[in-house]
Amino acid sequence: MEAWFALLVGVFFTVAVYLMLSKFIIRVLLGVAVLGNAVNLLIFTGGRLTREVPPVIAGDAEVLAGPAANALPQALILTAIVISFSFFAFLLVLSWRAYDDLETDNTDEMRVAEPMNEPAPPLGY
Amino acid sequence: MAASTAPSVDLSAALVLAPPTAAEWLVVLPVAWCLTLGALLVMMRRNIGLHPAITIVGLTGLVGIDALLLLEIMRNGPMTMVMGRWLPPFGIAFTADLTGALFALVAALVALAAGIFSIADINDSGRRYGFYPLLMVLMAGVSGAFLTGDIFNLYVWFEVLLISSFGLLVLGSEHEQIDGTVKYGFLNLVATTLFLVATGYLYAIFGTLNMADIARKAEGLRSSAPLMTLAGLYTLAFGMKAAAFPVNFWLPASYHTPRVVVSALFAGLLTKVGIYALIRVMVMLFPVEREEMSLLLAVAGSLTMIVGVLGALAQSDFRRLLGFLVIAGIGSILAGIAVGGPGGIGGAIFYALHSMLVMTALYFASGIAMRLGASASIVTLAGLYRRHVGFAALSLMLCFAVSGLPPFSGFWPKVMLVKAALDIGAWWLAAVLLLAGFLTTIATGRLFLLAYWRDGAAAVGETAPLPASTLGPLAALTLLTLVLGLYPEPLLATIQEAAAGLADPSAYGESVFPEGWPQ
Repeated sequence: MEAWFALLVGVFFTVAVYLMLSKFIIRVLLGVAVLGNAVNLLIFTGGRLTREVPPVIAGDAEVLAGPAANALPQALILTAIVISFSFFAFLLVLSWRAYDDLETDNTDEMRVAEPMNEPAPPLGY
Repeated sequence: MAASTAPSVDLSAALVLAPPTAAEWLVVLPVAWCLTLGALLVMMRRNIGLHPAITIVGLTGLVGIDALLLLEIMRNGPMTMVMGRWLPPFGIAFTADLTGALFALVAALVALAAGIFSIADINDSGRRYGFYPLLMVLMAGVSGAFLTGDIFNLYVWFEVLLISSFGLLVLGSEHEQIDGTVKYGFLNLVATTLFLVATGYLYAIFGTLNMADIARKAEGLRSSAPLMTLAGLYTLAFGMKAAAFPVNFWLPASYHTPRVVVSALFAGLLTKVGIYALIRVMVMLFPVEREEMSLLLAVAGSLTMIVGVLGALAQSDFRRLLGFLVIAGIGSILAGIAVGGPGGIGGAIFYALHSMLVMTALYFASGIAMRLGASASIVTLAGLYRRHVGFAALSLMLCFAVSGLPPFSGFWPKVMLVKAALDIGAWWLAAVLLLAGFLTTIATGRLFLLAYWRDGAAAVGETAPLPASTLGPLAALTLLTLVLGLYPEPLLATIQEAAAGLADPSAYGESVFPEGWPQ
């Protein structure tokens, strides 16, 4: 099953990189969202993939009876999901605000902070 | 849970049962202190008049805590505190060694200076939008990143400081700031995501996230696991954070847009957190891979230096010029990491600490210059020397310091780096380091000539009085660089010890696993 997951992660990364290479912010934003999910799947696959075996220890035992799903990657993903979701929300609002204020969502035209034809520094005085 | 129902399990194998000593609390106190004060300031959002006073008292406390922590580590070696009493590698450990504590202390000093400078720089709307709570949360993230001993935890602290830096960057909501934040936000998010990718692979390979545990296991896995890929991914992620060539273009796009005090804080802290993480991962966890990648790191460092100084020469805006100087400094630190050994790593740490102080002070100077001359462009700024002699003198000292001229703090790390590069026969790297220093001198010299020395329309005005809250932090930081330049021995000795601790992390490991390494 790992091979299929690896392939899926690869597809996610491809889509994310393709979207992030766009010059329109909204597509970059979608790319960021896909990228976050690609990483989550990657960590999930990097843990251990086991179906339908909950990591529950029986009452009279001290360790797990057999192989079970690894709980730690899921805890890591949970953290990463919360963080990437909050970032996505922030960037979404920021993009909307940028579109509203700068009247463009084309990154080539967003040159307020770095104007195209700035004067060169004087050579003497 | 009632203890009587589970008598057969021996908790001492997984839990720390002894209560932590008072000294151990110092390891987590910087983070807890900043988060508590940040929360307090958020609760007092209707009472913004009290914000600056509480922040300055809080940051003074943070400096005190970090100084105590450093003293304690100098006396007793690295210290560890585990969260929720779970022993590593299961529990998250906060481990402070000399490197982390040194960085945390200088970061706290920089933040305190910025806190004082902000009294005159942040107006009421900035306070209402939460400058001070964001500053405290930023410091929590920075301190956490310097003191944590767990690599996923490092990722979390990176995110904490990143989200607060977004907030600080858009403070004011001007068009320029929104433009800068879009570029800063997206590129930094990609960098942290790369960091998370690398951490996912790291967990898949090692099955642990504790840095001391990884450092021990790396030796055994070197023949079978793709550690070079991991080291490469980490270098790319942290290089992007630190604005190393060729992934540096978000920095000059965004660092000149926010309030001056925010620029100063970012220049002092954020790229240096990336550099610290790079040193920690490459030197302590993957020393063999660092050795193999040293040529790549050296080339990236050289190009970063060259791009930085050439960019600085081409700018006419005071603050954008400084942004490129931040990049040039990062190049020197990368060169030190590439060279390795006590001279290279020690030089890199010293240069990073020096750069934190000097770049923050230079951004303060740019803010004061903009206040005095009502412009940020060196085409129109003129006659600052006439208007305020003391300020001009402090600025000239900082220009010397950032160029690496004696008797200021930039001189010693430069000497260490050049000597370390020559010792391993990398004469070209030494040449680039010296050339970058020379071109920086030209860039800052021209800045001083045009903006301060030249007579102009702005010089006609009378000597303008400056508020003590802006000149004070500038003078304090400049004095500190002068003291470190004239009397570097204590810091040099500490840094040599810190570099030795990174090269041989056995003391670090013993503090995490006092019972010996788990099998």
